[in-house]
Amino acid sequence: MSQDQKIGPSPEQVLYANILNKGMLIGLGVLLITFALYVFGIIAPYVPLDQLSNYWGHSVTEYLHELDIPTGWAWLGMLGYSDFLNFIGIAFLAGVSIICYMAIVPTLLKNGDTIYAVLAILEVIVLTAAASGIFGSGGH
Amino acid sequence: MIHKRKMTACVAAVAVLALCTGVAFASGGGGEAVTGMPQDGSPWWYWPVILLVATFIMGIIAVLGGVGGGVLFVPIISGFFPFHLDFVRGAGLLVALAGALAAGPGLLRSGLASLRLAIPVALIASSCAIVGAMVGLALPTNIVQLCLGGTILGICVLMLTAKKSTLPDVPESDKLSSILKIYGVYREESTGETINWKVHRTPLGLCLFVIIGIMAGMFGLGAGWANVPVLNLLMGAPLKISVATSKFLLSITDTSAAWIYMNQGCVIPMMVVPSLVGIMLGSFVGVRILKVVKPTFIRWMVIGILAFAGIKAFTKGLGIG
Repeated sequence: MSQDQKIGPSPEQVLYANILNKGMLIGLGVLLITFALYVFGIIAPYVPLDQLSNYWGHSVTEYLHELDIPTGWAWLGMLGYSDFLNFIGIAFLAGVSIICYMAIVPTLLKNGDTIYAVLAILEVIVLTAAASGIFGSGGH
Repeated sequence: MIHKRKMTACVAAVAVLALCTGVAFASGGGGEAVTGMPQDGSPWWYWPVILLVATFIMGIIAVLGGVGGGVLFVPIISGFFPFHLDFVRGAGLLVALAGALAAGPGLLRSGLASLRLAIPVALIASSCAIVGAMVGLALPTNIVQLCLGGTILGICVLMLTAKKSTLPDVPESDKLSSILKIYGVYREESTGETINWKVHRTPLGLCLFVIIGIMAGMFGLGAGWANVPVLNLLMGAPLKISVATSKFLLSITDTSAAWIYMNQGCVIPMMVVPSLVGIMLGSFVGVRILKVVKPTFIRWMVIGILAFAGIKAFTKGLGIG
């Protein structure tokens, strides 16, 4: 077996790490800022803070039904409410791996690593499908 | 030595206190747990603050006990807090995801996490995590509670019995890992040695990640407890490579399941953000006190807490908890 004896990460691994790092910092930063807007009452939430505890013990189906909360990507239309504003940071954190995978595909192809390029593209498809909401939305 | 003992005793006392506080609040002072609603007249910030404190302590214990935050979060929060399991699993996945995202870049840059090892494994685990999440959300809550209790008790057994191998003996790579070029080299800082590593039994390892992915998605646990034994003991990756790759792997596996929970409405920011902040701050503190506490004792404590939470989940599933 011809093993590469070079110590240290491959170029695509470094690229992945750099994007992951920036994405994680941006996502966490956005999440903390939007949460501050929410918790300090700077922007009004959809579910009043003093009523939220009446619902978080319910199943997700009941919670969504009683509060008339839409599922899937419908939160994008409710960004005027501070509780839904938090979903920007959460979505960014959940989406950063997709960006990382997309970024390493050209490097993998350039290095002739076709198998891993295909695997990376397949991963992008899987994660994008999960994010898209095609696997259903709306609780039990 | 005395300082070490004091620190260990302090950590144990705080952990037990936190657990007891959680039990007390959830079962009495804080209102009805899970099936009922916390109609207790407490201010809106009451439970988020308790959650922040509990997850801060969990973050410390997770580092000291060598487990992921997610595996402690779901059974303890679902067992002793008034939040429904649906939201606890959603938050648990995001807690595990954030921890993996925070650790991932450093582990990749150091070369300890291997992207070549992670990519094929992640593809299988993340695909199956989607299935797990959908099954978990479709099943009745009591069935999921029962399965969660069984899984947590199984993890306790795994922690008690599984051995670790710093440098497993891999006589020859298997065909699949040779085609995928899953091998590497890293410098062992403690000895200054340069270590070449490769893996074997790749097809069987990949098959096991089907089950790991499903369980991660179904229970929102993260899956480091299962990743490391498979990568290290079965596939023969060195322990450091296994632990680092497992941690990075969670950033992909949990991403797919987290999207399912998010799209289904199982994410409440008032639960997610305090949990995230608590676990992350706790992890920072945990890393600092790791040098002075006795790891064996903490590990036993983690097993004890998990067993207690596992039994609680099990009895809740049976309707007697």
